[in-house]
Amino acid sequence: MAIVGYLVRRILTGIVVVWLVATAAFFLFFARPVETVARLLAGHAATPQVITEVITNLGLNQPILTQYWRFVDGLLHGNLGYSYYSQESVNTILKQDLPPTVSLVIGGTILWLIAGLSVGIISATRARSLFDRASNVAVLIGLSMPVFVIGELLILVVFLPLNEHGITWIDTGYSGPTSGLGSFFGHMVLPWITLASVQAAVYTRLSRGQLLDTLGEDYIRTARAKGLSERRVIFRHAVRAALTPVVSQLGVDVGQLLGGVFVVEIVFGLGGIGQATVQAVDQDNLPVIIGFVIIAAVFVVVANIIVDLLYAALDPRVRIT
Amino acid sequence: MSIVHEIELEAQSAVAPVQGRSQWQLTWRRLRGDRVSMVALVVIVIMVVLAIAAPVFAALTGHPPNVAYPVTGENAAGNPVGPFTNGFILGTDSTGRDLLVRILYGARVSLFVGVVTTFIATALGVAIGLMAGYFGGIADTVLARFTDAVLAFAYVVLAIALAVVYGPSLTIIMLVITFFSWAGIARIVRGQTLSIKEKEYIEAARSLGAGPFRIMFFDILPNLLAPVLVVGTLYIPQAVVFEATLSFLGLGVQPPTASWGNMLADASNFYQVAWWYVVFPAAALLITTLAFNLLGDGIRDAMDPRTERLLAARRLRRKNRKKRKTGVAGTGPNPDFPDPVHVGQIP
Repeated sequence: MAIVGYLVRRILTGIVVVWLVATAAFFLFFARPVETVARLLAGHAATPQVITEVITNLGLNQPILTQYWRFVDGLLHGNLGYSYYSQESVNTILKQDLPPTVSLVIGGTILWLIAGLSVGIISATRARSLFDRASNVAVLIGLSMPVFVIGELLILVVFLPLNEHGITWIDTGYSGPTSGLGSFFGHMVLPWITLASVQAAVYTRLSRGQLLDTLGEDYIRTARAKGLSERRVIFRHAVRAALTPVVSQLGVDVGQLLGGVFVVEIVFGLGGIGQATVQAVDQDNLPVIIGFVIIAAVFVVVANIIVDLLYAALDPRVRIT
Repeated sequence: MSIVHEIELEAQSAVAPVQGRSQWQLTWRRLRGDRVSMVALVVIVIMVVLAIAAPVFAALTGHPPNVAYPVTGENAAGNPVGPFTNGFILGTDSTGRDLLVRILYGARVSLFVGVVTTFIATALGVAIGLMAGYFGGIADTVLARFTDAVLAFAYVVLAIALAVVYGPSLTIIMLVITFFSWAGIARIVRGQTLSIKEKEYIEAARSLGAGPFRIMFFDILPNLLAPVLVVGTLYIPQAVVFEATLSFLGLGVQPPTASWGNMLADASNFYQVAWWYVVFPAAALLITTLAFNLLGDGIRDAMDPRTERLLAARRLRRKNRKKRKTGVAGTGPNPDFPDPVHVGQIP
């Protein structure tokens, strides 16, 4: 029962955080003169009359608090406003762009955790072996490479040569899972690898270090002395304790993950939220940008709740209250 | 071994007095012995020299960084020409500008951003961390909450917000990078301060009448420098990557000013026809960040007193290898020298 109360409280604070972020975004963006926006939309040759008309149409001439109220009212009704350009609802735009982003985040995260943790664990249990040395080098390269460089190099050395030889399964762009799982994986495999590789490097290093420390603890020696199998000692006793700092790092990395997602979407032309936002920045399309900022805040809040729940599940000393 | 011989040995060592070495001398000696770190250091020095000499290269090749050569720099189809064509050593970019010269000018931006933001972030982080750790109480709580918030905040969101309001520029990305870097350093400094301020010599300083600021900056700070130096070195490559990423997204350095990030963004339209346009800027970026990362790891190992034992163990192992294969248990990270990666990782 405690968990329900905890969840309710976390969700309520989460809503407050999202509201604060939305408000900050609103006032930050509307700090710029309205004429700039209107002129951008109406074009350079627009007469003052046209510009005034555009301002009136967008409701930019009303007092800022009225505008803010309209904005909050829309938010409460789940309406994020309308694009300055296409007059499309921001909800529709986000709804269109959400599937590639969500597929990327879920697949990339799974791959990154599996790769990072397993390599880290193997390295720690075989410290200073050839595998450990090789993984250390790979980790350093991963830490030194920006996400987009990995993506561009993958396109250059994997995608293009394969395509030239008629293997078109691996592709750029996005193809939803509804239009065939095979093609979905083909489109997503390179983005997943790209997103996972940088993060996996961090986690390999972290889990290796933590596990090495844990393996030196007295209780590990006790477990071995009891005659437990090495597998049981490592997975039941050591890994579980070593993973708690790794999980708390997850909460910190959620924000960074978002940046990686952006870059990967652009490199592979997935057309997700990141790509839409960068385009919106180019066009000064404020409603779309604010919509994105709110979605990003929701994402970070939800991910942090999940991480904290995970943390409690892993570490018996942590009580959810 | 005879007693006489031993006495002789003792006499010899008495003749050559034991030389005291400071921690920094010891560190430098250990670093000198590390071949990888030395190579990394040389690479960094070369990079810095090349970046400073960028105008010299522009003059030598006769190709200023922002001048396009539509005739010699582009082929019949209007695409970039490859390396060693028409006097372009590394080929040209999308508009027929000299790639080599632009990469060197890009190095200026990257190194400048990397070093300056790290310096500012370190100074900020040290000051804030010291105060939070020393004074404790409310200041500490506020800092802890604030650093948590900064570390969990999506940097892209802030970069976008600032780019929208003020227009993308170098100043803004430097602000963003600094803003997301100081918190990690502040955390480390705070932790160290907490343990150092309980030491006897701090008590001694206080009993001599030293004020809080004197204690913080003259008694505590020098003892913090080692971990701060390590973390600082490892923040430089992160800042370089950060700058490249923001410029890649179009939120940072704007064309025609060359930056590795915006060059790679432009290069993504020319995969099929100009591999060099992707490969060379990417290589410059990777070599620079890798060198800083390797050097940072090397400095950390050199400052860690346990490394001496590790090196000794390695020498011993090499000796014994012929006899039998032995596994030496590894040592985990030293809490005094935290991995900055755990503290604030930048993509």
